[in-house]
Amino acid sequence: MIRVRGLTKRFDGTAVLDGIDLDIADGERVVVIGPSGTGKSTLLRCLNFLDRPNAGTIEIGDVSVDAAKATKRDILALRRATSFVFQNYALFANKTAKENIMEALVTVHDRPRDEAERRALEVLGETGLAEKADSYPAALSGGQQQRVGIGRAMAIGADLMLFDEPTSALDPEWVGEVLDLMRRVAEQRQTMLIVTHEMQFAREIADRVVFMEGGRIVEEGPPQEVLEAPRDERLRRFLRRVS
Amino acid sequence: MRALDLDYMLGLVPVILGYVPLTLFMAVVAMACALVLASLLAVERVVRVPGLDWLVVLFISFFRGTPLLVQLFLFYYGLPQVIGFLTQINGVTAAIMGLTLHFSAYMAEAIRAAITGVDRSQWEAAQSIGMTQGQMMRRIVLPQAARIAAPTLVNYFIDMIKGTSLAFTLGVTEMMGATQKEASGSFLYFEAFLVVAILYWIIVETLNQGQKQLETHLNKAYAR
Repeated sequence: MIRVRGLTKRFDGTAVLDGIDLDIADGERVVVIGPSGTGKSTLLRCLNFLDRPNAGTIEIGDVSVDAAKATKRDILALRRATSFVFQNYALFANKTAKENIMEALVTVHDRPRDEAERRALEVLGETGLAEKADSYPAALSGGQQQRVGIGRAMAIGADLMLFDEPTSALDPEWVGEVLDLMRRVAEQRQTMLIVTHEMQFAREIADRVVFMEGGRIVEEGPPQEVLEAPRDERLRRFLRRVS
Repeated sequence: MRALDLDYMLGLVPVILGYVPLTLFMAVVAMACALVLASLLAVERVVRVPGLDWLVVLFISFFRGTPLLVQLFLFYYGLPQVIGFLTQINGVTAAIMGLTLHFSAYMAEAIRAAITGVDRSQWEAAQSIGMTQGQMMRRIVLPQAARIAAPTLVNYFIDMIKGTSLAFTLGVTEMMGATQKEASGSFLYFEAFLVVAILYWIIVETLNQGQKQLETHLNKAYAR
């Protein structure tokens, strides 16, 4: 169970997140949509303190953090309960595909190397990249890098997987394979919070779609309601623009 | 103008070669110590530990701002007058200490620049999986910074090998000291210093070849 209350983030006095309340059930797949610059990415980045929120509380599993007085230990606990897929993949450039996936298991979660290696190879198999285990990121295509990025996030079995526009930086030819992999992750009933502009994908896999504008959640609900029968005028305008 | 005494020069080569191990020993030990110290200084400059930062800035400023020879004299001849236990220190140790401190100040700046050159996304990825600051530095940032800094650091190592010749002013008989002694016996100064110059040159050129291999090795992960 994830419970977010009053999450607020200001950059230079401007509220980019303006008191976000959000509950996500275990196994629920939530897609966040909205115009650019409305705080979607900031919401994800505040949930694991890549950006430090100014106020609000975050509960993920048995970790509970008050943003105003979060300690180093709180922040590490929150990051270890979540995993993050970056728009620009952000694979560790000095590590192979396999080592990228092993890194969190060995260094952060203290698993034995051989166990971590088995898990990494298993995950690489699921991402369809078993033969790329010993390749460095620079030798992989954008789509392959992002699949390893998703594998890295899958491997630790986090309570919540965060996806920050995972296909936005990809050449169109690689988008399909990355969405396919995300579909497979979704089928395993992994709790996911996804920021994306892929409306068709949102329609297919989301249990709930959240529309954000101006740092607030304006409308939310099942995809058929939010995407097919939008109530808010701003949402209707947004959907006309993207479809 | 007289002809070079080639026989004398050839005879001198094995004599000076005998002191190459001591020269390299001082350079290698000082380089190893300087790398560790410089990395610590560089990490401090990047994360800015409150209360420590000004000290590090002062250290780097002093050791970059004064000549190596002055620093060596200060260590070997000066400090023992003020600090008692340093009277036990021999020339080799003093030279290694001086070279370490002097070059760590330069190398800290090179490593600091390399650390800030590591892409921001690498830091964020390390943070996102819940690494501590130390784990992030050790496992992700410093290894990538090492690749960026390597050519500069090898240059400092070359400077350091040449810098060990100053140890002869502390009474250490290394390559330069040995040459000086030989020359003052034979009065064939030109021949003697030409031989030692060529030997330094060969050592440095060998290292330059090694640098190319090191770069190929470090770039392995980044080849498309």
